[in-house]
Parts: sequence; C-alpha cells; structure tokens
Amino acid sequence: MLTKRIIPCLDIKDGRTVKGVNFLELRDAGDPVELAEIYANEGADELVFLDISATEEKRRTLAELVLRVAEKVNIPFTVGGGISSVEDVDLLLKCGADKVSVNSAAVRNPDLINELSSKFGAQCVVVAIDARLVDGKWLVHLVGGKKATSIELFSWAKEAQDRGAGEILFTSMDHDGTKNGFANETLAALSEMLHIPVIASGGAGAVSHFTDTFIEGKADAALAASVFHYKEIGIPFLKIELKKQGIPVRL
Amino acid sequence: MKLVIIDYGAGNIQSIIFAFKRLGLEAVLSSDPTVIASAEHVIFPGVGEASSAMRKLREHNLDRLIPDLKQPVLGICLGMQLMCNRSEEGNTAGLGIFDLDVKRFDNSVKVPQIGWNQVYDLSSELFEGIDENEYMYLVHSFYAPLGADTIAKTDYGLSYSTALKKDNFYGTQFHPEKSSNAGAVLLQNFLEMKYQPILNI
Repeated sequence: MLTKRIIPCLDIKDGRTVKGVNFLELRDAGDPVELAEIYANEGADELVFLDISATEEKRRTLAELVLRVAEKVNIPFTVGGGISSVEDVDLLLKCGADKVSVNSAAVRNPDLINELSSKFGAQCVVVAIDARLVDGKWLVHLVGGKKATSIELFSWAKEAQDRGAGEILFTSMDHDGTKNGFANETLAALSEMLHIPVIASGGAGAVSHFTDTFIEGKADAALAASVFHYKEIGIPFLKIELKKQGIPVRL
Repeated sequence: MKLVIIDYGAGNIQSIIFAFKRLGLEAVLSSDPTVIASAEHVIFPGVGEASSAMRKLREHNLDRLIPDLKQPVLGICLGMQLMCNRSEEGNTAGLGIFDLDVKRFDNSVKVPQIGWNQVYDLSSELFEGIDENEYMYLVHSFYAPLGADTIAKTDYGLSYSTALKKDNFYGTQFHPEKSSNAGAVLLQNFLEMKYQPILNI
C-alpha cells in the first residue's frame, strides 16, 4: 500500500540551515547535509530544502549543496526557493535533486510549469502555494506569503495541475507557525478536487495534527520544520503513532 | 570498465552514480556503444517522457544495442518501461525485451503515484536479503502489467510489475538509488550478477 509521507523541511541560507536545531548528535548544527542524513536514518520519507538566501552567489551555493546532499542521502529530496527558470531546474536536477518546487515564479509566469513538466516530467515539478483566508476567500500570496494577490487558491491549484504539476504543496499562512494543526478542511477540498498528490504544510505542533491531516485533510504527505528540528516530535515515534491510528506509513 | 550507466540525456543520473559510490564503486557514464558493450554491468536509467526518451536512444543507436547486450542490465523506472514492447506514453514502441505493454494508471488513483509502496511476491536473486513487503520509492504515471517476467509486484489501484527479469535483463519500476537501505541491498545484489553464457548443447 502506498504510504503517507513525512517530510521535514530545512530552511537554507548561503548553504547553511537557518533555524537553530536541537540535535545533540550534530557536530555542526548548521550543516544541512548532516541534518538530512539524521532525518533519513530516522525514517523521514523525503526532505525539502528551501533556500531563502538572496545573494548573487545563490545559484552556485545551492547547486553545491544539492550535490553534497545527493552524495550522502539515499531518500528523495525537493529543492525550492526562488527557482524561476528552466536553466535553474536543469542545474539542480543534474546535481541530484529529485524534484524542484516553484512558487512565486509560477504565479508570475504560469507557462513555467508547462515548460518544466514537458522538459523534465511532471514527477519532478512541485507547485508550492502559500495562501491565506481573506474575507472568506483563500487567496494566493507571494514572496513567502508576504504579498497578497487576487488569485484564488482552488482555481490556481487546478490550473497548476492542468499545466503539468506533479504535486501541490499547500501552506496555509493562517496556520503556519501556530502549532495548532493543519488547514484540514481546505486540504480535503483540494485533495478531492485534484488528481495529483497534495502535501500539507503549516501548523504542525503535535502528533494528532499529523493524524488529522491524513484522515480529515486527506493529505498524501505532511511537511513540517520546527517540530522536527527542536525534537518536539521524533520521526520514529510519530510514525509508530500514525500506524496505531491505522494510517499506512513506512516503518 | 566495470559498471557503465547509459547516458542518453534522460534521467537523474547523478543519484545513481552516488548510490554506487556509497557501495564503493565508481560508475562510468557513456553513450558510446563500444564502452557499453564492454561493461561488466550496465545501468539503463530513465526519467521523463517515453517517446522522447526512445527518440534519444535511436539518435545514439542504442535501441539496437541494448537488446543484444549479454551482461547483466538493470533498467530503472522509465528505463524498465522502455525495455517493454510498447508504452502508452507518447504511443511509442519500446525495446521489446519484456513482452508487456506499458499503460497509464486510471484516475481512480492519484497520478503520478509518488512515494513509498510495498514490493511483494519477490522471486529473484535481485531481492536476496530484502523482505517481502519491503518499501521502495516510486514516482510514475505509467506501469507494466503482470506477466511471465514479473519478479516483484506492487499494488496501486491494481497489481502491477514493480520488477521484471528476462535472461540477463532486469528492470525495477522503483528507484533503488532513492530507496534507502533496501535499495542499496538491491543494487549490491545486481552487482553480484555475473554474465553466464547460455550453452547450446
């Protein structure tokens, strides 16, 4: 049976992990590769690296990081953050990334999704969508959720799928950072509308939140950062608990 | 040259190189028929769209070479699909090694299938030391149905061939290079395969 995926997300700046992490076994708490290896060994199903650096060196440092991760890590990983061209993606995939996620660039230039999908295949194109509830409507936000648009979440997700996205990574800006659980009602509606997998993001704070997002939110995968980085939830424990609730997971 | 990965411009080759490096083996990338034919083991990777991948194989004259190879050959993901008779993807002819027609999953399931799924009814030395119902990483929209060459099955809406074997040819729909420790065991098993000429008595 296809299992539900648990995906730790690592924020990267200039080739280093941004947020502090609470792993005593780490020799270098800022090294994304070392952290990635620990997560892979703990049973993470995939990893996401989100590059938030904005330097001119970004392209090169990210490519170097991807190469180092691919050398050490034997599970799939996605790279995102400011990816805006076919050339960017070509380089990252050649360095060993399995998938890329596009966000703002795809909203500004939706044809990018078609180009990436036809050149590299839908399986490596994740369209990340940040949205927030505004006057009763889920509206897409850009630049890490800072800039509002008038684009509606559901129509954009459908368009992204039709243009060739292989997965949708939906982050609710209203839930992100709250640790009060994922936006399950909205996730369920997305998951039922789309025929590609949906990754839930934003709001993880407890084991029950993961259970809920897989059952009520009908999510195919769940992404989280700080609950894993600060060891509030251990991945082996989380997966055992999910299994007890009858959710298919890889143990 | 010991291990050659066929380089025809389709696939996440870097991950395969690194997976063998973790096993202590340096793989050689090549599209040169002479280099490929002289390898001890050949990896036939593939990611992307079937008909354009077949076109690239033909451009390198590899469509005729691959079915004639006598050493152990492992097709991965699209590589395995291209070793079948046909694919519905781009309605293309394949290499005709496995007598199967590759089909698209119907929309009763999410397509592509992305993630970890179980492999079972394992019936080849390729799976030596790998447990029944082990999880492997899969990313695909098309599948090879069950047939005489099936050596492992996976369920996704239906049962299909997640690994195939015929003579010296092996194929896995899943990505062993991304399937954690179990995938590494499979790659090591493949390296243990030796070219065994078939004697005509």
